[in-house]
Amino acid sequence: MIRFCQIAVLIIFIAQWEITARLGLIDSFILSQPSRVWQTFLNMAQNDLFMHVGVTVYETLVGFLLGVVFGTLLAIVLWWSSFISKVSEPYLVVLNSLPKIALGPVIIVIVGAGTKAIIFMALAISLIVTVLEMLNGFRHTDNEYIRMASTFGANKRQIFIKIVFPYNISTLFNSLKINIGLSLVGVIAGEFLVSKAGLGYLIVYGGQVFKLDLVMASVIILSVVAALMYEAVALLEKLVLKWYGH
Amino acid sequence: MDVLRVQNIEATYQAENGEITALNDISFVVEKGEFVSIVGPSGCGKSTLLSIIAGLLKPTVGEVFVNGEKIVGTSPHIGYMLQRDNLLDWRTIYKNVLFGLEVRNMLSPENRERAVQLLKTYGLYEFRDKYPAQLSGGMRQRVALIRTLAINPDILLLDEAFSALDYQTRLTVTDDVYRILKRENITTVMVTHDIPESISMGDKIMVLSARPARVREMLEIDFEDENRTPLSCRNSPKFRTYFDHIWKELSVDE
Repeated sequence: MIRFCQIAVLIIFIAQWEITARLGLIDSFILSQPSRVWQTFLNMAQNDLFMHVGVTVYETLVGFLLGVVFGTLLAIVLWWSSFISKVSEPYLVVLNSLPKIALGPVIIVIVGAGTKAIIFMALAISLIVTVLEMLNGFRHTDNEYIRMASTFGANKRQIFIKIVFPYNISTLFNSLKINIGLSLVGVIAGEFLVSKAGLGYLIVYGGQVFKLDLVMASVIILSVVAALMYEAVALLEKLVLKWYGH
Repeated sequence: MDVLRVQNIEATYQAENGEITALNDISFVVEKGEFVSIVGPSGCGKSTLLSIIAGLLKPTVGEVFVNGEKIVGTSPHIGYMLQRDNLLDWRTIYKNVLFGLEVRNMLSPENRERAVQLLKTYGLYEFRDKYPAQLSGGMRQRVALIRTLAINPDILLLDEAFSALDYQTRLTVTDDVYRILKRENITTVMVTHDIPESISMGDKIMVLSARPARVREMLEIDFEDENRTPLSCRNSPKFRTYFDHIWKELSVDE
């Protein structure tokens, strides 16, 4: 029943969009319509759609992965040394609250306009979020487990590897799911600013030259890409948890 | 031969409103194979005493000796069982049982074999590839015990280890545990607030006073029955006498 309604919603949405456009109730020059979007899509597919999708996905994945890896390492350092953690606390709070996208222009000036800058933006976002999520998770590891390990004389390294990290595997994956979306935001914002390729570029270019079919098509493709990336992480989580035995 | 010697233990800690003395001049001795139960009013410091014996806490004054060696920090000769089983959800039962050996770098084939034998003795061998979430509370606590016994400790410390179980499970598990401990001749110190439990399992019962805790009495338990078990000795008329005696001792403080 639910599946039926989900499909029905989609069909009704597309249908009313097309119908209101044909009847002139909405201005299809500005808002486009499904039939034209489809045409544009076919056009793009024959040209360089996959190149643009590839660019955006590449930038997102690289920035995201680097951010997660370094973010986790940093979280481990902060968990390990309470001194370092206390010193860096205010800076982390500020960095977390700051919309990292605002750093875009600065990053571009430092690293140069281009793919590297965009990856950097995704990295910056993903890193800060990962550090805070993972550190929080580490700190909230059930104390009784740690106490149990201490009764066997476990040192800090053993406690981390055998208790704290396994305990936080699902925290890690939740963080990944949030991060992939946020990194994509950073990448699209970066492409808005300085790119010659990618879905963000297509959106902003299409807007500038009033090719709104292109804009709509790109937005829809972007939604699909975002959903697929999220699902890929969710699938990875299922596989890891099955192997790890939760 | 005394396996455990506790000498003049005093434990004081800082609280918001000044210094609090939890334990005051606690001394006692436990011989090999003995089972000593420790009872006392709530909050009197029983668990603190156990933590000190285990080397997790340092006493303000006094020393603990195990097999003649002074205790400084945790020791591989001491096994400590907490109230919660703390089995790791992401490990199988078999891997959980090996946890202590892993941490202590004692994963020899003999030790692994001993762990397997313990699983078989407790009838848990068939569950070795299952996960803790699939076992009942009583089974989990038995697994926790096996994990502790796997490192072959000279002394076993039980910190209200059965308090989280429901009444019936508690009776069967303590019966089970008692048999194993007596068969392996394991020296045990158990803290409990369940007076009948302390009597049913103990060879000696140490009654502590309220805070600052001192030893009110060291009671010898003798049911004159070679084959006593925690369940069977509850039928003995002496059981009632011991209970009344301890109850009176504890009530004096209030």
